[in-house]
Parts: sequence; C-alpha cells; structure tokens
Amino acid sequence: MIPLSHYLILGAILFALSMVGIFLNRKNVVILLMAIELLLLAVNMNFVAFSHYLQDLSGQVFVFFILTVAAAESAIGLAIIIVLFRSRRSINVEDLDSLKG
Amino acid sequence: MSFTQLTFYFFAAVLVFAATMVVTIRNPVKAALFLVLAFFSAACVWMTLEAEFLAIVLVLVYVGAVMVLFLFVVMMLDINLARMQEGFTRYLPVGALVAALLVVELVLVLGGSFGSEQLPRPAAQGADYSNTRELGGVLYTTYVYPFEIAAVILLVAIIAAIVLTLRKRPDTKYQDPAKQISVRKEDRVRLVKMPAERRRQGD
Repeated sequence: MIPLSHYLILGAILFALSMVGIFLNRKNVVILLMAIELLLLAVNMNFVAFSHYLQDLSGQVFVFFILTVAAAESAIGLAIIIVLFRSRRSINVEDLDSLKG
Repeated sequence: MSFTQLTFYFFAAVLVFAATMVVTIRNPVKAALFLVLAFFSAACVWMTLEAEFLAIVLVLVYVGAVMVLFLFVVMMLDINLARMQEGFTRYLPVGALVAALLVVELVLVLGGSFGSEQLPRPAAQGADYSNTRELGGVLYTTYVYPFEIAAVILLVAIIAAIVLTLRKRPDTKYQDPAKQISVRKEDRVRLVKMPAERRRQGD
C-alpha cells in the first residue's frame, strides 16, 4: 500500500514548485496569487494525509477552515488587483512603488 | 500494483505536471486553466485518502468558484505580457536552487528517520461509512465556534470585495429618491397669466 511518506513528499514537491513560482513570476500579481493557492493546497495535502493515517477527523476540519480562509483571501486579493489596475493601468509589481520612502 | 496505488501515482504525476505548468507558462489564462487541472487532480488524490467530502468541496469551491473568479479577472485586465516576463530567466537559478534544497531537505527527513512506516495505512472503511456525516458530527459539535467565525470571515470577504470594487463614475446620472419625493409643485410648475388671443383668420 501507499506509505504516508509518499503523500508528504507529494506535498513537499508541490510546496517547492509554488515557491519557484513566487520566485519566477515576481512581477505578475495574478500568478503570484495562483502560486499562493498552490502553497495552501500543498499544506492541505499534508493535513488530509495525516488525518487519514491517524484516523482523526480534526485534520479534515482544519482543511475545511483553510479552504474558507483561502477563498476569502483570493476574493479580496482579486478585488485589490482590480482597484490597482483601475488606478495604475498595470499590475506589474515594479509599478507599485508609491509607498516607497 | 493495486488500483489505489495506480490511481494515486497517476494523479500525483498529473498534479506535479500541472503545478509546473502553472508557474512556468507565460499566458495567465493558460496558467489558470492548469491550476484547475491541479485542483482536480488534488481532489482525486484526496479521494484515495477517503476524504470524499473535502474532495468534492475542492472541486465545487475552487474549480467552480475561485478559478472562475481568477479567469474573470485575468480576462478583464489588459496585461502587458512582454513586460511581465522580464527577469523570468534571471530568477530561475535562485528559485530552482531554493526549491531543490526544500525538496531534498523534506525527502531526507521523510524518507529517513521520520518513521512513517510505523504508521500503517488504516483499513478501508465499510460501504456504510459516510465521511460527510462524520465530518459534520465533528464540525457542528467540537468546532462549532470556529465554524461560526469562518462564516463571519466569508461575510467580511464579501463586503470587502464589493466595497473595494464599487466606484462612482462622475458622468453617470443617479436618481435621488429623497429629493424626488420632497419636491413641491412650486419648484416645478410656473403658472403664467396671459390675455386670451383672438384666433386669426385662415387658421
């Protein structure tokens, strides 16, 4: 059967891939948000795997809450991106330097 | 190799492939579509862990709602792709190095002295086992206050998203009902007194 470590390694690979995504696409805010969603998915994978192998449903409840917060976060993030695009005509991270001292 | 193993490794491979495409592809629309594939494969992997409710929720909430939102936003914005891709290859070595270190560290820990073989896979549940029922039992008793807080967080997110994107255009005409119903006859109608005129011949 599939050992627990294979699920955890899958989560680790996903986490590392989304880290690469944050490094590579550091100009495009939309892809940055997608990479953050992938990071949360990798964490959720570990929660579900441990929940099943320890036969404890609390892990799945945690995933439920993480999904809720992630949905709220992406909705607000996309709203901010739209407001940003209206005022700046760009979502490039390098153009967002009006708070620079 | 059993069916469960085959399913797990197939969907894990698809998941890793889709995640790679999400972070490397140039077109944001295609990235969003590959993210849909990634979430779908993750839901299938969770099925092998008997987390049926969460797998369905992942498909419904993420593929159905959040990714559609992403696609809407990506298609609404006119993104200059050429400028976005500057520095893509410049950050690749650093990113790849950090990611490789992360994977190597985690594999060393998980494959070495972690001892996950001491935690055997539990026996599969019977046909009368309902993951949704069990999860609901825990969610509405032990975790009922966090559940309520999650509802409040969603409400706050709805209001925040609406307030953020609401805008008043200066050139749009609005009705003000208070002004409309408080108007009096004297403000609108002017009675003019003028002498009667005689009808001219020929009309």
